[in-house]
Amino acid sequence: MLSRRRFFFRAAISTLAAEVALHFRAAAQRLPTVRPNDAAAGTSAARAITINVNGVERTMRVEPRVTLLDALRDRLGLTGTKKGCDQGTCGACTVMVNGRRIDSCLTLAVMHTGDRIVTVEGIAQNGSLHPVQRAFITHDGFQCGFCTPGQIVSAVALLNEGKRLDRDTIRTEMSGNLCRCGCYPHIVDAVLEAAGTS
Amino acid sequence: MNPFRYARPSSPSAAFTDFAGERRARYVAGGTNILDLMKIEVESPPLLIDINALALASIEVTGDAIHVGALARLTDVAENEQVRTHLPLVAIALEESASPQLRNMATIGGNLLQRTRCPYFRDTATPCNKRAPKSGCGALGGELRREAVLGTSEHCIATHASDLAVALAALDATVHVTGLSGNREIALHDFYRLPGDTPHVETSLGPGELIVAVSLPLLSYGARSTYLKVRDRAQYDFALASAAVALDLSGKTIRQARVALGGVATIPWRSLQAEALLRNAAASRDTFERAADAALAEARGRGGNDYKIPLAKRTLVRALEIAAA
Repeated sequence: MLSRRRFFFRAAISTLAAEVALHFRAAAQRLPTVRPNDAAAGTSAARAITINVNGVERTMRVEPRVTLLDALRDRLGLTGTKKGCDQGTCGACTVMVNGRRIDSCLTLAVMHTGDRIVTVEGIAQNGSLHPVQRAFITHDGFQCGFCTPGQIVSAVALLNEGKRLDRDTIRTEMSGNLCRCGCYPHIVDAVLEAAGTS
Repeated sequence: MNPFRYARPSSPSAAFTDFAGERRARYVAGGTNILDLMKIEVESPPLLIDINALALASIEVTGDAIHVGALARLTDVAENEQVRTHLPLVAIALEESASPQLRNMATIGGNLLQRTRCPYFRDTATPCNKRAPKSGCGALGGELRREAVLGTSEHCIATHASDLAVALAALDATVHVTGLSGNREIALHDFYRLPGDTPHVETSLGPGELIVAVSLPLLSYGARSTYLKVRDRAQYDFALASAAVALDLSGKTIRQARVALGGVATIPWRSLQAEALLRNAAASRDTFERAADAALAEARGRGGNDYKIPLAKRTLVRALEIAAA
């Protein structure tokens, strides 16, 4: 009886042989080999890109259609960044790119070669929580926790923006992060405290 | 998202040359609109041309205008001191757009080409003359709450979504473009096309033409201007009605005025009728109400969007009161 491995091996060999035969026949008949049109710009093939994520240079192979969010989660295993709406409405996917908070679901990984990305995994330093993270714990700024990574990255970026913050401006400035549990009052408390201590 | 070829040219001429080789291509800058539309398959370009490597992000005052590169992010323009001082209507329109995250991504050029939020445009299971020419209009006879009351046709009643473009319509900004046939300037009032019987033709840009900059004229009375946006939520939502206004006051008399409406029309809607009524009139509530009536005189509600007509009038009156104060 043919084992599975042997079967697949034979199938692979015969496919290879057929391809080699085709190749030589094409060459013999001087047929043009199929290749991308030189005039057409760009390629849809996966390519290696290098992005600095949380201070570490990370190289990965991605197709152009892979969003930065999917690259972080599925290619690099950084699943702290969440996929909520996947259309730029909820802010669960918020990360910092070169210091600015953005929605990682509406940008492509290939657009970020050479950029510095900070995800929620990179917020704590040397094992010590960021003041925003501590304040979220103190004020119970979450319930189910799904929006929390985005809330925290957004709040850290907000504090870095250097605006004068009070309850109203925090609500406005955090409006790109939705919380379906409705923990907004506690989130505002947390950001307000972190703004005063950091 | 469907697979596509990706190119990242390093000059505008390389970008529009890439486009010439694939007429169904799309440019991507901030990505906040085109990638969203690609995910829901409203757009499926075979080639995506990333223009972020082009040096088009500067903001400079040149003579009588603020020259804003097409790749300047909304955040940068909103925070620019020259813009805030001389043209607050532009800064406010930008601050009231989208969310902080999206304003860090979205560009000035991309915002001008932002597509409608009409739910029938975004739903490929329904007909839409804008998405699929001559397929019909799902909104007519459908849910109308967000649809336009000005500039509509029997083929399309989709509302234009940009706030910035409304402020730029009031200023009559200039859009600078480049392409295979050279560089040209397009006045904002010539930039947008009414839907008519070709709703899929939204601007006067030719195939592959690329916006490189926008000039914001330093209107002498631009400092007395504002943008007022009314929406379902206090923040982070599209306008149900909005008004961009600027007033040139001499005591209590209006010498000149600029008025444009958003959230109610198929294109950013400058109202020359309202401006004519305001000119040389007293800056009073009565004047503002007459101007608002004039601005909406040709508006047509179709049931579910009737409310937008009085809402737009009140929005305009309040914006004029804020500017006059």
